[in-house]
Amino acid sequence: MSSPTTVQMHNPEHSGIVRLEDMLQQMAEHKGCGTSSEGGKASCGSSAGPADMSPETWEKVKNHPCYSEEAHHHYARMHVAVAPACNIQCNYCNRKYDCANESRPGVVSEKLTPEQAAKKVIAVASTIPQMTVLGIAGPGDPLANPEKTFKTFELISKTAPDIKLCLSTNGLTLPDHVDTIESFNVDHVTITINMVDPDVGAKIYPWIYFNNKRYKGREAAQILSERQLQGLEMLTSRGILTKINSVMIPGINDEHLLEVNRAVKSRGAFLHNIMPLISAPEHGTVFGLNGQRGPTAQELKALQDNCEEGQMNMMRHCRQCRADAVGLLGEDRSAEFTTESVMAMDVQYDLESRQAYQAVVEQERQAKADAKKAEMATLEGAESDIKILVAVATKGSGRVNEHFGHATEFQIYEASTSGAKFVGHRRVDLYCQGGYGEDEALENSVIKAINDCTAVFVAKIGGCPKAELEAAGIDAVDKYAFEYIDQSVIAYFREYLEKVRDGSVVYGKRGDAQIRQGAFVAA
Amino acid sequence: MAYKIVASQCTGCSACEPECPNEAIFEKSGIFYIKPEKCTECIGFFDEAQCVAVCPVDDTCVIDNSYPRYSA
Repeated sequence: MSSPTTVQMHNPEHSGIVRLEDMLQQMAEHKGCGTSSEGGKASCGSSAGPADMSPETWEKVKNHPCYSEEAHHHYARMHVAVAPACNIQCNYCNRKYDCANESRPGVVSEKLTPEQAAKKVIAVASTIPQMTVLGIAGPGDPLANPEKTFKTFELISKTAPDIKLCLSTNGLTLPDHVDTIESFNVDHVTITINMVDPDVGAKIYPWIYFNNKRYKGREAAQILSERQLQGLEMLTSRGILTKINSVMIPGINDEHLLEVNRAVKSRGAFLHNIMPLISAPEHGTVFGLNGQRGPTAQELKALQDNCEEGQMNMMRHCRQCRADAVGLLGEDRSAEFTTESVMAMDVQYDLESRQAYQAVVEQERQAKADAKKAEMATLEGAESDIKILVAVATKGSGRVNEHFGHATEFQIYEASTSGAKFVGHRRVDLYCQGGYGEDEALENSVIKAINDCTAVFVAKIGGCPKAELEAAGIDAVDKYAFEYIDQSVIAYFREYLEKVRDGSVVYGKRGDAQIRQGAFVAA
Repeated sequence: MAYKIVASQCTGCSACEPECPNEAIFEKSGIFYIKPEKCTECIGFFDEAQCVAVCPVDDTCVIDNSYPRYSA
């Protein structure tokens, strides 16, 4: 990296082209981290990582946007839709529906052959150097399409060996494929487990196709559950990192998910991702049509918090992306990479410039971790039961760098004397948008989505929406523009505590908030 | 009789194709169809027609009454 290299990346001030050299210089001026370790776990090399992970695990997840909340600010993933067939039916899925104006998990517009998929991966990896993970997540079940799935992995591992491979499955045929998964070096697998009790399962799964037979009801759920847990045990015993996805369905499995959490934790699952049910009637799913509601933001958070008390890592940054999603979590660049455009691209895989780019990202991460640590020191000795939520407008890199009106989602952080903790994200309608009345978007979408937050951090905000937010009791803050998120949340919290102490603000619980239906799409 | 696939129902997911014991299922423009002369309704292979059992959309794989009943 001695010669000046030009790379594309998010600059803190503006997005555009920055010279790698300038970036490195900027980083070098920042003081390096100390060598002291915290609690015997965090050290210089991994201080950007959670302290509750073994170094081997951190090494596996640190650049994986779906497995590490911290990584998802910096690294991107893509899914290729090579696996359209499925072998089970879920009441939250309608296989017939796909439409350009609507999008949700499990649905894609274009199916790919393994060869098309491999070409697409190379094209995306050349355009987006922070793309580190390739997942196969459907639109059906990857392991109901084993030939297509593994052929795709084979082609990609040949041309782009640095890209991590992962897959997401319902688990029904998982035990039959663990050997193959291991042989392809797939070290991340996600299993969707919504129940461990067949009576609960019968309300979620109308049927499964297993051993050349269609099973229904309780029997179907029992087979599915046994196969899922068996597959999980087989994976974890071989050291393959396994995450569990669960869909939270109020009244059906919401309380039961605590038991699911214990069951998967005891079998070695590394991360549990509880997602809200998506059930808009227009999706035509069984749940959508019979009026089954999804959870509210606070119901979801309460369940996640309860599971976390059992010492299980919870994933809270899931965007429930489509099976053909491309880019950072929270952005959708799939439209740039249609089959037609990818096939026309002349791409060369440049491993070196990808690595150079990623080296810059690593330095930025380290600087961010150091800043967080320094800011935390200012809270030392402070004791208070106060916890507040802060919404942040960001477009990546872990900074407050999005204009309020341009935000399609807000990231939610919980601030307390133990620091800043990411607890979720809330998607919203764009405030600055033609067509809809802007005030309508603010009132009906943004305020409802972040109504449980004390403040919203933005890079910039107009006077009008600021006043309306204040009227709704939400402090609109632009003074942390382009600063690191964690550091800013801690700084704000320290000032908040002082204000509570001197009586200039009164601390009280805020309300609930709504989760918007649907998967993440570019607005 | 043989089974047929109602094209307007078919999502092109391909789940049926590998399950057919007679290799009677083919794809055309993203939609699957059954060659009736190759279909044995899975008689002699399985208790139920595999295309029907695996198809995620109800009423997509149905009996084609224009063909005589298959006899082994």
